[in-house]
Amino acid sequence: MTMKKGNTVFFENSPRVAASAAICGSKEREGIIGDYADVLLDDDNFGESTFEKAECKMLSEAISLAIQKSGYARDEIDCLLSGDLLNQIISASFAARDFSFPFLGVYSACSTMSESIMLGAMLVNSGYCNAVVAATGSHFASAERQYRYPLELGCTRPPQAQWTVTGAGGLVLSRDRGKIKVVNATMGRVCDYGVTDVNNMGAAMAPAAADTIIRHFKDTDTRPEDYDMILTGDLGALGSRILKDLTWEKGFDISSRHVDCGEIIYNVVEDEFQGGSGAGCSAVVLNSFVLSKMRAGLYKRILFAATGALLSTVSSGQGESIPCISHAVQLELI
Amino acid sequence: MTGKCRENYNKNYLAYVKTQDPPTKHFKNCLAAFGVGGFICCIGQFIRYMLEYAGLSGDELAGSTSVILIFIGCLLTGFGVYDRIGRYAGAGSIVPITGFANSVTSPAIEFKTEGWIYGMAAKMFTVAGAIIVFGVFSGVLVGLIYLIL
Repeated sequence: MTMKKGNTVFFENSPRVAASAAICGSKEREGIIGDYADVLLDDDNFGESTFEKAECKMLSEAISLAIQKSGYARDEIDCLLSGDLLNQIISASFAARDFSFPFLGVYSACSTMSESIMLGAMLVNSGYCNAVVAATGSHFASAERQYRYPLELGCTRPPQAQWTVTGAGGLVLSRDRGKIKVVNATMGRVCDYGVTDVNNMGAAMAPAAADTIIRHFKDTDTRPEDYDMILTGDLGALGSRILKDLTWEKGFDISSRHVDCGEIIYNVVEDEFQGGSGAGCSAVVLNSFVLSKMRAGLYKRILFAATGALLSTVSSGQGESIPCISHAVQLELI
Repeated sequence: MTGKCRENYNKNYLAYVKTQDPPTKHFKNCLAAFGVGGFICCIGQFIRYMLEYAGLSGDELAGSTSVILIFIGCLLTGFGVYDRIGRYAGAGSIVPITGFANSVTSPAIEFKTEGWIYGMAAKMFTVAGAIIVFGVFSGVLVGLIYLIL
């Protein structure tokens, strides 16, 4: 069996998803994931004094829950792969203080979930690890503070704007437990089509998603029809439209299979406009709604391609365009 | 893809993105800004009449009116109401003096978690700093023009 073709790696030992867990905030629980997440918060502070601490606690809780559900003891876990949106990935590293197993920090903005699943699957497949936790999360208030304006500042949100998801999700990858396997993964390339508008993340990220998804199809000799669902992270309504156009242009019509986590997470009523965003967006939707539907047999084979915008406030302040990345993993029901 | 080719490709893509962008509702925004901004000004005028009735005049009257409006702006920010008004009204609630109060109070609340001195006090003017700099600068400029004429 080929180990690698193009930028896609194939896992011949089929690492599996042993268990998954998700926590979501008070606004998110009203949407589709409210029925599937493990913990629903009433208070976005999660009993902590700062939003950063709350984000860290959510992540830590999601990791503990995923391990608990997998049936592994904590000392059987070989390592934790995690990251988040805050500077120096503080939520992930601070959450890792609560655990005795090793920690590898991962950062690809909102694509952190798919990157950590991909790296975790590589570790398990190669035999270096037996059980690995992949997790990420984000918090609306801490992301607003770092990337935009203070919460209480009365400014209008442009119609392209998205809403950072408050939530965290994690899953345990194991060599032999669970009903869902990771078949292969396509490593993302950094794409930059020159979008500089920080409020229009969907347009900035769509080319990266299109690039990875198309390379995935080519490397694996598959068509969009071969998947029950092609799940992107947080392109939002506008970004999803662009993605469908970009892939269609290259001869792959994904419109009947494509679902965007950001687009479905909220019942858009107020000012989420294009939908949700943030690392927690894809993490929460995948680890609650999507994986439970997969376990129930509704979806047999999905392609999960979360997208991340690799900008910082400094780079956008200096007028740089927004480089983006997308990593894809293919999940299949055994 | 590098150099000229990439530049052209980017240009085409950006032009395409522009066609997909949801339009900003200028008319609705202007109307909301006019209504709310006007309403805030009416409140200001009302306070002014009240103070005038109480016997204030001149600089004292103007100063007291501003102070009361700033206080209301800060209070509503603290209660988490002003950002809701701002989201709806846009420029209507940013331009009046209450908007300035909001832009000082909101980072102060936000950065309180990083300490009183380096957090709240130092970051209090992250948003308002620009307003002060350009406010003073345009004041000087207008003053110079006034002097010359």
